Amino acid sequence: MSATSKTLEEVTTRGYEAGFITDIEQESAPPGLNEEIIRFISAKKEEPEWMLEWRLEAYRQWQQMPEPDWAKVNFEPIDFQAISYYAAPKERPESLDEVDPKLLETYEKLGIPMHEREMLAGVAVDAVFDSVSVATTYKDKLAEHGIVFCSMSEAIREHPELVRKYLGTVVPQGDNFFAALNSAVFSDGSFVFIPKGVKCPMELSTYFRMNAGHTGQFERTLIVAEEGASVSYLEGCTAPMRDENQLHAAVVELVALDDAQIKYSTVQNWYPGDENGKGGIYNFVTKRGLCAGDRSKISWTQVETGSSVTWKYPSCVLRGDDSVGEFYSVAVTRHRQQADTGTKMIHMGRNTRSTIVSKGISAGHGQQSYRGLVRITPKAQGARNYSQCDSMLMSSTCGAHTFPYIDVQNPTAQVEHEATTSKISDDQVFYCNQRGIDTEDAVSLIVNGFCKEVFRTLPMEFAVEAQKLLEVTLEDSVG
Amino acid sequence: MALLEIRNLHASVDGTEILKGIDLDIEPGKVHAIMGPNGSGKSTLSKVLAGDERYEVTAGEIRYRGRNLLELAPEERAREGIFLGFQYPVEIPGVSNTYFLKAALNAIRKYRGQEELDAMEFLQLIRERAKTVKLDESLLQRPVNEGFSGGEKKRNEVFQLAVLEPMLAILDETDSGLDIDALRTVADGVNAMRDDERGFLVITHYQRLLEHIVPDTVHVLVNGRIVQTGGKELAEELERSGYALFDDEAA
Repeated sequence: MSATSKTLEEVTTRGYEAGFITDIEQESAPPGLNEEIIRFISAKKEEPEWMLEWRLEAYRQWQQMPEPDWAKVNFEPIDFQAISYYAAPKERPESLDEVDPKLLETYEKLGIPMHEREMLAGVAVDAVFDSVSVATTYKDKLAEHGIVFCSMSEAIREHPELVRKYLGTVVPQGDNFFAALNSAVFSDGSFVFIPKGVKCPMELSTYFRMNAGHTGQFERTLIVAEEGASVSYLEGCTAPMRDENQLHAAVVELVALDDAQIKYSTVQNWYPGDENGKGGIYNFVTKRGLCAGDRSKISWTQVETGSSVTWKYPSCVLRGDDSVGEFYSVAVTRHRQQADTGTKMIHMGRNTRSTIVSKGISAGHGQQSYRGLVRITPKAQGARNYSQCDSMLMSSTCGAHTFPYIDVQNPTAQVEHEATTSKISDDQVFYCNQRGIDTEDAVSLIVNGFCKEVFRTLPMEFAVEAQKLLEVTLEDSVG
Repeated sequence: MALLEIRNLHASVDGTEILKGIDLDIEPGKVHAIMGPNGSGKSTLSKVLAGDERYEVTAGEIRYRGRNLLELAPEERAREGIFLGFQYPVEIPGVSNTYFLKAALNAIRKYRGQEELDAMEFLQLIRERAKTVKLDESLLQRPVNEGFSGGEKKRNEVFQLAVLEPMLAILDETDSGLDIDALRTVADGVNAMRDDERGFLVITHYQRLLEHIVPDTVHVLVNGRIVQTGGKELAEELERSGYALFDDEAA
């Protein structure tokens, strides 16, 4: 066996670096899902009546819906009655100083900027530890600009009129099975509101981390940018190592009014399960952005190395004329990971444009599918789309699949689709070796090169983080 | 001490013997040329020296500066100062030439216990070396060899040679695909690096390159064996008579 294929095979054997469990007391709801549990969650959060009604309506819709099975993933059926739908640390901290040191230690291990570091980095962090936001920084500074950046629970209490106006307008309660489940039981998440004409002066960042065993995490995030506003938002996710599978069914809604811009970046390294496919996160997420206004722009960038099963299609609905949607993605599947991911670009306005760049890397027994829809509706005069889907195979046991759906209903549209599949060649690795670069570094160099078009769309400091994450993922690949 | 000593080297690829007993010494500061027809084993020799695992050494030994070269991994050989200018340099999409070369140079420096160069020092070095081989500066930021013309790829190899400053440089048909001006530039780049220490093994089909890089010794490789060794005039002789002369010996 050549050095390269040896290396690539060993990529699958790396351990999970963020796999530690934080030992703090949890207050959980008993397993199971019924109206009582939803009332319990709503009451815990001191929600107004309309919010509870909204949840219950979602629950009723969910009960009528079949679980989708069209994605190219296989997993044991989920017993939705065996999951606990609420977990929160018992003590509610008022400020960072009151945060359980063990929690901070957890963040520390993950390298999340919490104390002084976020000031240097200019990052405001809304850290979601399981279901309750433990600390929100920079809120005051942002408030000076009229920006609201807080947990969803807090937004429901403090800014009910805004939440009520926009919640569910992009992803309705009954949108799909997992979105309906989320709407019924969502625990927390982030709420961002950028008022008219305001450019958010810093990157906004949330780190999600699932901790308690047997709990699902159901964040609900809503970002609204009013006319001419702009914001860049980053979420990072990690989960500890556990034998059982954990469910994560989040919903993210973005709304951009006239001339507004929203950039949403995700770095996700949830526990992918071990090399035999035991454990790991089920990541069934609905993310959708609405370019409601003319000349608005929504850009999704995701770097995903985690989760055992992923089902996720961050999408853009381009309703405003001249609006722009972008999707940049790097997804790595190794061990027994399965990912069915891609995007949807729905062109409705005139002269709308969209760009899709998807880079998939499969190693070990990883299975990856790109599934993308480009739809040009009859009124979308002059719409343009460019899609590029590249797959890199790093073992002979992995798989890469591409399912592009193109639906053009207007003859003036221009739609381009390019796709490639490649392997790291022995020649490339030998070339690097001959210049003094060892095989492990060579693989990481080549993979990073493959992902470059996506990394360059990430905010600077996170581009470095994403690159590091990829390196760590491929670390110990040389025996 | 010889820089490189090759004794009775046999090597095969996929079970077919290509090198059938090579003996060759390169002293410090000397330029050796290897000429021979297609399929004679020239490239195999270069790959074996660089440590490509797809070539199996079945007998013989190679000593480099007194050490057993065959014990070293390809990257260790590179860090010990062996450079191979590839006949067909590969493309590495998305990795800039500059980034690649910095990773290479710093890996080599680290191995030798030297400090890594900082960004400024490195940039200064590569700009200067790019000039000596007349490499267009725009190629520094382009991905390694991607979209380079044949000539640019070869020039890029010599540029890397100039930056990495090896002890032993093996140039595998660096002249193929070069027009006469590019050939002269590449030769100038190589000549500028000649000194009392550094050794060169120049592999070529044609005598043309050797008019510009004048060798101390010329070997003729036919069918996996060195059939004749002589001075630079041997190259001129071959140009006139071709390799037909050696067909009997090769058989």
